[in-house]
Amino acid sequence: MKPAGRGASVTLTRLEKRFDRVAAVAGVSLDIHSGEFLTLLGPSGSGKTTTLMMIAGFEMPTAGDIAIDGASVIAMPPYRRNIGMVFQNYALFPHLTVAENIGFPLKQRGVTKAERTRLVGQALELVHLPGYDERYPRQLSGGQQQRVALARAIVFQPRLLLMDEPLGALDKQLRENLQLEMRRLHADLGITFIYVTHDQEEALTMSDRIAVMNEGLVAQVGRPEDLYDRPSSRFVAGFIGESNFLPAIVRGLEDNVVVAECDGAILRAISPNKPACGDKVMLTTRPERLRFADGAWTSDAPQNRISVTVTEAVFAGERCRYMLQAAEGTAMVLKEPSSAAIRRRAVGERAEIAWSIADTILV
Amino acid sequence: MSEAIDARVLPAPGRGALALPFSWARTVPYLLAAPLLVYMVVFYALPVVTMLLRSVTEPDWTLAHYAALADDTVFLKVFWNTLYTAVIVTLGALLLGYPVALALVRTRGWTAAIILIVILLPFWTSVLVRSYAWMVLLGRHGLINEALVAAGLLDRPLRLLNTPLATYIAMTHILLPYMILPIANALRQIDPSLAKAASGLGATPWRTFRQVILPLSIPGVAAGVLLVFVLSLGFYITPAMVGGPREITLSMLIAQQVDQLNWAYASCLSAVLLAIALVIIGGAWRLPGIGNAFRMSGR
Repeated sequence: MKPAGRGASVTLTRLEKRFDRVAAVAGVSLDIHSGEFLTLLGPSGSGKTTTLMMIAGFEMPTAGDIAIDGASVIAMPPYRRNIGMVFQNYALFPHLTVAENIGFPLKQRGVTKAERTRLVGQALELVHLPGYDERYPRQLSGGQQQRVALARAIVFQPRLLLMDEPLGALDKQLRENLQLEMRRLHADLGITFIYVTHDQEEALTMSDRIAVMNEGLVAQVGRPEDLYDRPSSRFVAGFIGESNFLPAIVRGLEDNVVVAECDGAILRAISPNKPACGDKVMLTTRPERLRFADGAWTSDAPQNRISVTVTEAVFAGERCRYMLQAAEGTAMVLKEPSSAAIRRRAVGERAEIAWSIADTILV
Repeated sequence: MSEAIDARVLPAPGRGALALPFSWARTVPYLLAAPLLVYMVVFYALPVVTMLLRSVTEPDWTLAHYAALADDTVFLKVFWNTLYTAVIVTLGALLLGYPVALALVRTRGWTAAIILIVILLPFWTSVLVRSYAWMVLLGRHGLINEALVAAGLLDRPLRLLNTPLATYIAMTHILLPYMILPIANALRQIDPSLAKAASGLGATPWRTFRQVILPLSIPGVAAGVLLVFVLSLGFYITPAMVGGPREITLSMLIAQQVDQLNWAYASCLSAVLLAIALVIIGGAWRLPGIGNAFRMSGR
């Protein structure tokens, strides 16, 4: 299949959807660039699927605007929007064969039978299912059905592909394979992908950018590493990856670094804004960025340090996971790569831990 | 190791049937069905067999009654009239019922409840009452004629009652629920995301209906057609009350023959009616998906 050219750009402007009085989407503004793989990530009920359904045209927004390539599509029915869509339950037509399913969008567009056969063959090759033309959906496994759904959504060369938790019903192994294939497909086709998932790992591995949604709003948009390293809110820090939360009181400011007191220790953190002295704040840091810092351990980077007691030690194969408690009761988690050369800590042991100031964020 | 061996020696729960000659688990369903089974045999199967025997044993063992049917012009006329009426009524019920089934499935809350009540209300009224109601409506001085004359559309009342048209109208009305409910059931089982998928892939609402909804509802349509057709074959009260004097159906002919104590002929006709119904049901059962349409839906 020839590359479909650049993908569509999508602009959401203060998009809202209310069901009765409840706002499922409460004012989402988002610029999705041409050719981008953007993921809407959030817990169930965060409004991510409703947002997707409004872009597809299956839900009418209560307020706001959706523009594709700069032109509003609010008044356009779904069948005129020319958007590919993959559903969580595949939504293959059970009475049609694989070839007829994939040929369906071509038939609606008046493509001749011969041309249809050729394009369907190409699409099947693209999703690694050549020769499955005459099967019926019920004769395929879940993974195969999802590949057919994918082929059907791209065969008419749309410039925008929407996916609603397409891998949700598949087992882990298959999911990881298909994640890689979707990345490859995205690179090959060059079209815009908007992907909805509640699986943060899936979002991190696949997306160019992620929009984290919560309670009908976008909590933060950014590249996966930005969201992971610089979460802008407690919600994002907690939803993407694992985080330690350290309640602290602001004691001073040094350039863009906040000095705060937590559990008897003085910690420094990166802050997007400037809190006042005496403010109660929350510092966050990732468990794998903490390390035991007693004995001969040193570092060039400026560090935060705190004394703790080990309350729980779990060996998990590639990692050791320790539950720690600071003097005044603040609980923390530390993850350390397992190695025969590293001494394992015992429950009840006292230790000093340290982590980089750059890995400490005020949220 | 020893646990593994023990596990093989001990019979697994539920496999006991292999060892025991008698299994309660398998017998209970039959016991539960037994009272109805006995009832059906005594009050249904036995009378039917007796009736069928009568058609070949009067005065002695003979197939003469059946052979005579082939040349019996009255029978042939009635036979074709019955089939023709059933076809018209089935088509009428399908054309009127499908859109209603669609409306029933597409609406929610109060609207859906009202549609369902409107469908079912006549269903709970006796056929006799409904047939009388149609006599009142269609009669020479009935509601329809009076209204048309009053509106100046007619000079004098039309003959509506005691015509084939009256039979078709009344029977279609009475049998409509049997068409609507199986179709609505089939429509309800269609995954709503299929219509969305079709629309997203570029199908207009009409094409979505034509290419996705209609083909997937065919098992329900077939079930409804089957029910209405077979029921109309045996209809008696309605055609007798509102139908034309010359348009006799098989069931009316049977009743007439019973009145004249012509038992052999009457049971012969009944056998024919039963045979037609069985052939149609048997044929339909082989179509894919029909069996499913009668099964209880999980949704």
